[in-house]
Amino acid sequence: MSIIYFLIGCSVLMALLFLGAFFWAQKSGQNDDLYTPSLRILIDDDEEIPSEK
Amino acid sequence: MANALLEKTICYHCGDDCPTGEYTIEEKHFCCHGCKSVYQVLSDNKLCSYYNYNEHPGATRAHTDKRFDYLSDPSIVSELIDYTDNTVTIVTFYIPHIHCSSCLWLLEQLNRINPAVHYCRVDFLKKQLNIRFDHNKLSLRQLVELLNDIGYEPLISLQDIIKKQNTATKDNLVQKIAVAGFCFGNVMLLSFPEYFGLSVYEQSFRHFFGWLNIFFCLPVVFYSGNGYFISAWQNLRKKVLNIDFPLALGIAVLFARTVFDVSNRNGAGFSDTLCGLVFFLLIGKFVQKKTYHHISFERDYRSFFPVAVHIIENETERPIPLSQLQTGHRMIIRNNEIIPADAILLNGYALIDFSFVTGESIPVNKTLGEIIYAGGRQTGEAIEMEVIKPVSQSYLTQLWNNEAFTRKQDNRMQTFNEKVSKYFTVVLLTIAFASLFFWLPTDVKRGFAAFTAVLIVACPCALALSTPFTMSAALGIFDRNRFYLKNTRIVEQMAEIDTIVMDKTGTITTGEGDSVTIEAVLTEEQKALIYSACINSIHPLCRMIYHYLGSKDRLQVHQYSEIAGKGILATIGAHRLRIGSAPLVCGHREVALHATKVHVAIDENYIGYFAFAHRYRDGLEEITALEPSYRLFLLSGDQDHERYELVRFFKDAAQMHFDQSPQNKLDFIQSLQKVGGKVMMIGDGLNDSGALKQSDLGIAVTDNVNNFSPGSDAILDGRSFNKLPLFLRFSKDTVNIIHISFLISLTYNMVGLSYAVTGNLSPLTAAILMPLSTITIISFTSLATRFTAKQRKLL
Repeated sequence: MSIIYFLIGCSVLMALLFLGAFFWAQKSGQNDDLYTPSLRILIDDDEEIPSEK
Repeated sequence: MANALLEKTICYHCGDDCPTGEYTIEEKHFCCHGCKSVYQVLSDNKLCSYYNYNEHPGATRAHTDKRFDYLSDPSIVSELIDYTDNTVTIVTFYIPHIHCSSCLWLLEQLNRINPAVHYCRVDFLKKQLNIRFDHNKLSLRQLVELLNDIGYEPLISLQDIIKKQNTATKDNLVQKIAVAGFCFGNVMLLSFPEYFGLSVYEQSFRHFFGWLNIFFCLPVVFYSGNGYFISAWQNLRKKVLNIDFPLALGIAVLFARTVFDVSNRNGAGFSDTLCGLVFFLLIGKFVQKKTYHHISFERDYRSFFPVAVHIIENETERPIPLSQLQTGHRMIIRNNEIIPADAILLNGYALIDFSFVTGESIPVNKTLGEIIYAGGRQTGEAIEMEVIKPVSQSYLTQLWNNEAFTRKQDNRMQTFNEKVSKYFTVVLLTIAFASLFFWLPTDVKRGFAAFTAVLIVACPCALALSTPFTMSAALGIFDRNRFYLKNTRIVEQMAEIDTIVMDKTGTITTGEGDSVTIEAVLTEEQKALIYSACINSIHPLCRMIYHYLGSKDRLQVHQYSEIAGKGILATIGAHRLRIGSAPLVCGHREVALHATKVHVAIDENYIGYFAFAHRYRDGLEEITALEPSYRLFLLSGDQDHERYELVRFFKDAAQMHFDQSPQNKLDFIQSLQKVGGKVMMIGDGLNDSGALKQSDLGIAVTDNVNNFSPGSDAILDGRSFNKLPLFLRFSKDTVNIIHISFLISLTYNMVGLSYAVTGNLSPLTAAILMPLSTITIISFTSLATRFTAKQRKLL
């Protein structure tokens, strides 16, 4: 049953990784604006490509 | 074909009616040159998809004559930008017109119009645009002009609301919740074996799990929960017992007891209760914090005034920031610009709209050499003025030096929570110590067990949560009814109100102005006669008559006299005119009071009258029907020419006060408060700001929440004005809900205490009781709030 020690260690490590990921997302401003992306997705990409590009 | 002719042409850009067919390109009609030029800019840059996402996405461009040359001034520029280095500048603008996906699309395509823009991102809810651009190729002024050209004029003001709001939200609450939630989940998982029972072989795990739980509790107590310790300590030093004290005590005792139990192999400790408690408390804090990104409650005169003003120096005109404006400067004020400081008129025809300052809705004519107070808006040609007082010392802005503006907002009224938590803490400590001393002589261990158990189980988690959850649900309901509250405290303040004071112009009348109807058949000659007589008068009603009649030939007036409060007598050519009130013109008093009337008689023949129907907001009757449970007052900056119409609403003449200066209004509120009134002030303009601030609850009424509204506790959309009595009743309901939920949480506490005082509180009981009470409170408050809102027809 000592394998439990290892497994719990793994699970805590995994959970910490996710927590870290959340902190990173929060810090890099990914959750600052939760509304605008929902509108942005409705906008089509331009079909006509500007000739000067 | 006939159908097409009958159809009104609508502007392709903004959707307004087109008065002329003058502005047309490619079979697309525009209402004005401005709209047409926006279309041209967009079509030149192949950005016409703008019009595909939504119909008529633009704002009307009929009235724009903005000048942005002040943006060349480095001191102003440095105030506005977020960041700059050698090549790149980052700036955030507040653009009120952002309202649809077309706006979003266009504003994020700016670099197709000008490649010097590297990056632009819209925050739709905040109506902000974040732009990174190369300032060597494009100046800030050019950037703003570009935005203006495509129809998105940023609102640039002295009081930078954007930056203040962005910095205010950095308290790491979300991170704290994340940590608490993370630990809560893990601790729950590790506590399950303990609750289900561990066999003899697995006793080593018990110890391991215990220490692991303590390890998880550390960040919960010292990171997530530190706010409670800090707040409790600060309040203790101020000798105030607020709810944070028993909470902090509960957290501390939970942690100490857990460490003690685990290290002495006494039991599993209360780590799951601890983590759950902090987690739920923080969630409560989170829901309480409702932020309206597009509304600002903190505006003062600075966000109403322009950023810069043009002055004449050595025969040349240049813009200077308002802060540098000094006595003696000669400034130029153009059409629709606001006069930022008290000044003497030197040159030009001044017709000043003081509606924001005095509440008087009709522009006032000023003669050369007259002092014009700050806050007026010039309508008409450009005028030249000499500043006689600096901005902060002027007649209007002096109001902000009043103590009402320096006073701390917090100590207005105590919330229920604050009132209760004082007694709660005292009772809690009494029970805890009583049980300690009860057991101490017989069983020391049991005494301490009981003491800590009382503090743990009676920790006012449910009490701390009932207010935020009820209030945030209530706030959501108000929000749906277009009534925006600054914070959750306001709901409780609203329930306490017993006196309502209203401003007149803009608050109970709509901003659209009054309508003139004519009850007479007039020939062109008669119209010209009336026009020529009225144009001599500065009386507001006369002004409205001659505006209504339109431009006519001005005839020579031979005799003219004006009888104050009655009307005018004039002789024009062979005709004698009498224009004015019924006694003057008809010789008898008027009976009907529904509208102001101006009667006209020419050569002793009664011709008819002009009726001025003031547009009062819908629902004024309902509000005045609130008497006698609320005392009602009307304060107006106007003269009393509407007194007779308002008698319908305000029965008692003593309820109406006319000709009130901003300072008078503030003093009036103060005098009501001195006799114990809890005063709600409803106003709309800068002239009400003092009264709004002084009152216990200041509500600003506005027809467009993005426009200027003075600093207040709540902002009410004009369309919901008629719901105000409902709001008042609903606020009382929510306070009742809080009282009931307090009783529910007390019941849980009693049950818990009955276990705790015996010293036999098992961690499992605590772990069940705490979340159970929390969930009961959360669901009760949210459901009850929704239910009462439905009953009040607010949902």
